[in-house]
Amino acid sequence: MSNLTMSLSPHIHNGDSVEKNMYGVLIALIPAFICSVIFFGWGAIIVTAVSVAACLIFEYLIQKYLLRQNPTIWDGSAIITGVLLAFNLPVSIPLWIVAIGALVAIGVGKMSFGGLGNNIFNPALVGRVFLLISFPVQMTTWPTPQGFATTDAVTGATPLAIVKAALASNGTEAASGATAQGPQSVSEILAAHGITVPDMLYGNMGGSLGEVAAIALLIGFAYMLLRKIITWHIPVAIFATVIVFTGILHLANPEQFAGPLFHLFTGGLMLGAIFMATDYVTSPMTHKGMWIYGIGIGVLTVLIRVFGSYPEGMSFAILIMNGLTPLINRCCKPQKF
Amino acid sequence: MIKKPLKYNTVLKTFKIGGVHPPENKLSAQAPISVLPLPEQVIIPLSQHIGAPAIPTVKKGDRVKAGQLIGQAAGFISANIHSSVSGTVVGIDSVTDASGYARPSVIIKVEGDEWEDTVLEKAEAKKPGDYSKEEIIKAIAAAGIVGMGGATFPTQVKLSPPPGNKAETLIVNGVECEPYLTADHRLMLEHGEELMTGVQLIMRALDVRRAVVGIENNKRDAIELLTRLAAQIPGVEVCPLKVRYPQGGEKQLIKAVTGKSVPSGGLPIAVGAVVQNVGTVYAVYEAVMKHKPLVERVVTVTGKAVKNPGNYLCRIGTPISKLIEAAGGMPEDTGKVISGGPMMGKAVMSTEIAVTKGTSGVLLMRENESRRPAYRNCIRCAKCVSACPMGLEPFRLMLLSEQGLTETLEQERVMDCIECGSCSFTCPAHRPLLDLIRLGKNRTGQMIRARKAKNQ
Repeated sequence: MSNLTMSLSPHIHNGDSVEKNMYGVLIALIPAFICSVIFFGWGAIIVTAVSVAACLIFEYLIQKYLLRQNPTIWDGSAIITGVLLAFNLPVSIPLWIVAIGALVAIGVGKMSFGGLGNNIFNPALVGRVFLLISFPVQMTTWPTPQGFATTDAVTGATPLAIVKAALASNGTEAASGATAQGPQSVSEILAAHGITVPDMLYGNMGGSLGEVAAIALLIGFAYMLLRKIITWHIPVAIFATVIVFTGILHLANPEQFAGPLFHLFTGGLMLGAIFMATDYVTSPMTHKGMWIYGIGIGVLTVLIRVFGSYPEGMSFAILIMNGLTPLINRCCKPQKF
Repeated sequence: MIKKPLKYNTVLKTFKIGGVHPPENKLSAQAPISVLPLPEQVIIPLSQHIGAPAIPTVKKGDRVKAGQLIGQAAGFISANIHSSVSGTVVGIDSVTDASGYARPSVIIKVEGDEWEDTVLEKAEAKKPGDYSKEEIIKAIAAAGIVGMGGATFPTQVKLSPPPGNKAETLIVNGVECEPYLTADHRLMLEHGEELMTGVQLIMRALDVRRAVVGIENNKRDAIELLTRLAAQIPGVEVCPLKVRYPQGGEKQLIKAVTGKSVPSGGLPIAVGAVVQNVGTVYAVYEAVMKHKPLVERVVTVTGKAVKNPGNYLCRIGTPISKLIEAAGGMPEDTGKVISGGPMMGKAVMSTEIAVTKGTSGVLLMRENESRRPAYRNCIRCAKCVSACPMGLEPFRLMLLSEQGLTETLEQERVMDCIECGSCSFTCPAHRPLLDLIRLGKNRTGQMIRARKAKNQ
């Protein structure tokens, strides 16, 4: 009668697991993946598959031969890193560059800190930013959405890059005195390139694989909220900050600054706010901390986009706030009883 | 006549932060309380309460009657122990109890069922108002009543607030937020009137004009019954509460009912509240009106594989194997036997341990429910932070406990932890959060006591 299990309370568990959360995030990424396949065709599937496979392989090799642990590649976290890395790449990227990105993401971003749960920076973003700095040409060549059409890919810039370049050329033209067209306002630039809000919402524009279809990303957000995988605080804090900040700029000078909707639906803002900034490991633990973190990401993103030299600022903003997360955790304690 | 609608559909009161909602599994909610046949032998620990063990007043070979004093309270925080049966004392030995520790216990061979003459079969024909405050508290102390929700704190101490403190509200804990357990639920349903008398007695003892019975909204029949009974008693009301664990935690219940927060390290009396479990209230009724000591209690026997989950009125000292027998026997694939509920109960090593004043249930878990999966790295999902009803950071407390950083643990308010288990229940990485927090809490408590001793 003494083969009874002895253990401390509690004796029940709610059945949640690391896998359920990780695969839940992957399910939430499915709508965006479908959109990227519709817009970018086979290339989207190939880039994503290579990225995921490379992440899994590198994680396995590092765990098995460098860290001498039992590989835990099927916990879902490496797959998420692979998908998110792919979602941050243009479809035309050479596949060997994808593999390098995966190696940096998993090797440097994750495993060098001790694996899942110990990394400070979002691994997929570490990979992405490494590639952006190392391979700037390949990383900013954006084929416009062609679906499965077999015609030669037409490359174009992302809406953010278009606006940034046009605004910059306003400045140089004014300086050189060449005023053939005259300075263009943001709305004129967008109209000239045929960029409309519905296009941005559905993702019909140049950009990385997973960032183009805002509506698909929002569906994923709703799913994760419903499953209680994440809370609403971080994405909402980012959205609100970007809306308020760009709204003020836009009201102050509509010629020079694009409106909130443009900023909300372009670049990696949706993808970053919903899927990258909410990464458990690298984001704060309390709701108050989540607000500070989200506001920080929002402010930094707009600052980089509007005043910095890069057209897109989401990746840098998230990485910077990842670095501040331990400090935020230290300052923001949960509400006391 | 239009019936006044109960507060079911309005927003129910609850505590404000954290909490979880485990599957309720109240399998025995419909099973009326039945009297368990007397066992052949009872083992009555002399320490069934927080505080010093009682001093035995009998010796081997003595004949005792049910209700006879066999252990005298030793000090202010201690409680009398009575024989729950009539028979012969066969020994006073160290016997392992539900806590896993061996404690001095009186072992009595049961012979017949003869009661002490002073114990009345029927309640005295008096009203609660006929007893004085002192009489009530004296009767409670004599009867050896302790908190029957599981904390087993001597009740007379709780009813005598330290000087400078004044109780304003009596809160009766009928929450029973632990999954599976239904002993309090059945007691409220079957002994509602006696409970109301007990409530009035305690109100008199505390000299308060207001009493609130807090009941979780999954016990609507009990809420309805007690609301009806309370309507006839001035100052007594029933407060339906949201089904949320740990609604029955003392601080949580006070917050839900009064909106006040007991300060860190403080007692409920600091906000004018005294909380008593319904089982305790019933014991008070019996002690005062029937001069009956605390020698029996209602225990839920339950589990998914148990044939007849039920509620049994059994004598203190009955081996839990007798209860399991009455509920249809031990299922073959039983992997764990728990004294208490699944969230805060203790796994026991054998079914020969005895029912004590604090035993609210016996839960049998199947083999496949009994073992924990291997734990993983913390993924910093913060679900434990959201679940903690005390506003702590369990993931951090666990880490600090592992590292033995006792000073930091104290700063992080580890002593506020009520050990409800919501963190471990929630953790997707199955980390043994509470196990290690308990260890850290223990060490921090030792450090604080050592510091106090040094400063004195």
